[in-house]
Amino acid sequence: MATKSAGRGPYKKIGMSPKEYKQFAKSREPARSIGVNCLRAFLVGGLICVLGQFIQNMFMHFFKMSETQAGNPTVAVLIIISVILTCLGVYDKLAQWAGAGSAVPVTGFANSMCSAALEHRSEGLVLGVGGHMFRLAGSVIVFGTVAAFFVGIAHLIFGTGGQH
Amino acid sequence: MLRGKQTWWFENRPVILGAATVVGPDEGDGPLAPCFDLIHPELDMQQKSWEKAERLLMEQATDIAIRNAGVSKEQLQFFIGGDLLNQIISSTFAARELELPYLGVFGACSTSMESLALSAMLVNSRSARRVLAGVCSHNCTAEKQFRYPTEYGSQKPPTAQYTVTGAGAAVIAEEGSGPVITSATIGRVVDMGITDPFNMGAAMAPAAVDTIQSHFEDTGRSPEDYDLIVTGDLASVGHPIAKDLLERNGVPIGKTEFTDCGLMIYDMVKQKNIIQAGGSGCACSAVVTYGHLLKRVRKGELKRILVVATGALMSPLSYQQGETIPCIAHAVSIEGGG
Repeated sequence: MATKSAGRGPYKKIGMSPKEYKQFAKSREPARSIGVNCLRAFLVGGLICVLGQFIQNMFMHFFKMSETQAGNPTVAVLIIISVILTCLGVYDKLAQWAGAGSAVPVTGFANSMCSAALEHRSEGLVLGVGGHMFRLAGSVIVFGTVAAFFVGIAHLIFGTGGQH
Repeated sequence: MLRGKQTWWFENRPVILGAATVVGPDEGDGPLAPCFDLIHPELDMQQKSWEKAERLLMEQATDIAIRNAGVSKEQLQFFIGGDLLNQIISSTFAARELELPYLGVFGACSTSMESLALSAMLVNSRSARRVLAGVCSHNCTAEKQFRYPTEYGSQKPPTAQYTVTGAGAAVIAEEGSGPVITSATIGRVVDMGITDPFNMGAAMAPAAVDTIQSHFEDTGRSPEDYDLIVTGDLASVGHPIAKDLLERNGVPIGKTEFTDCGLMIYDMVKQKNIIQAGGSGCACSAVVTYGHLLKRVRKGELKRILVVATGALMSPLSYQQGETIPCIAHAVSIEGGG
């Protein structure tokens, strides 16, 4: 077949700097609705908290625990529910809808550990489950501990310590 | 034969003797389901790990492709394969079963057309009589390696894409009946500074544009010479960007049907919730091309097509270190043959 000149033919180059291209691409991104996401996060996050409160009240009512005593078993029950939902493949679908609503409460933390443990089970118990379980949750623990340390120092300096 | 700057012209007209596609459940729910040779109803395919499942896809696709081509394994000289995993283990482990001399290639999601172009070049140059080309990807291995554990609850942005679970393989031969590979344009690495791994369509669009323009300039062809020009996995964010860029650069892309494999493989309305912007992964362009488009070429519905597979060449390490995403695209033109 006939060919035109094989030189850098009739077409222009993209001719945009990375900065210009980023703006060009950004303007073509589908919008992420912050309002809807906030509402969903509020609903789901709130419902998880209501569930937690309900469980705590049950412990206080049926097992005659104090509010503080009921705290730990309540968290344990929420963690078990989250782990079961993760194993059934439900929690990630809920999270796609709920966003931060399912990520922030203790159930989100349990999901991050359980999902990592499940995913890496194929690499064995020690190197797989043990080595990867904190892959996502690890940074929460590290920065949580660091933050607690500095808050503790601040309390000490300003003499505003909490309960004794 | 080299034509222009970066295009191979295959004057000996290598033929795609047979091809095969194997996919997972989500692709089986999509509109192209009747085109695939085998659909797995479960993501794990009764294997003990996601990686084993991906390997199984590749093994099945290559087996069926050899059968569909009507040849025996002994009649093949080389296997060129690739995938998305570290050290391309799925292809390598599948090659172990095939026992064929093997070349492993990596071009991220562009590996499908990279392996096809290289196979055509080997056959065209008489370095081989028959070559097997294949690629695979699995949604869960890709999630595990590039993103988060599969069951981790995180909200994906609307620009995110869903890695196709599947494998596509083809037997390329010096003679026989089937669609003919007439040219291939090897792309340059293009990096326009996008850093968001959840927006790979936008990152890859300029690479596709660069390769498409180079193909036209090298071959002297223009969009109207093709019945269809299809990009690999730009999806609903990247594909319109590529179209806009081509139009801005004066390419009359409107004169042909310009679409994207990532938009064809899933039902963009019903499956929207899981796929977000569309399909991705090297199996995306492979199963759409080998499963759907080649059948249309064989039937004569399409006379000449250009498949431009796009790839984002980043690693989890590179984007965590804040590097931008280098991208590439390889184009292969396929025509109805004798």
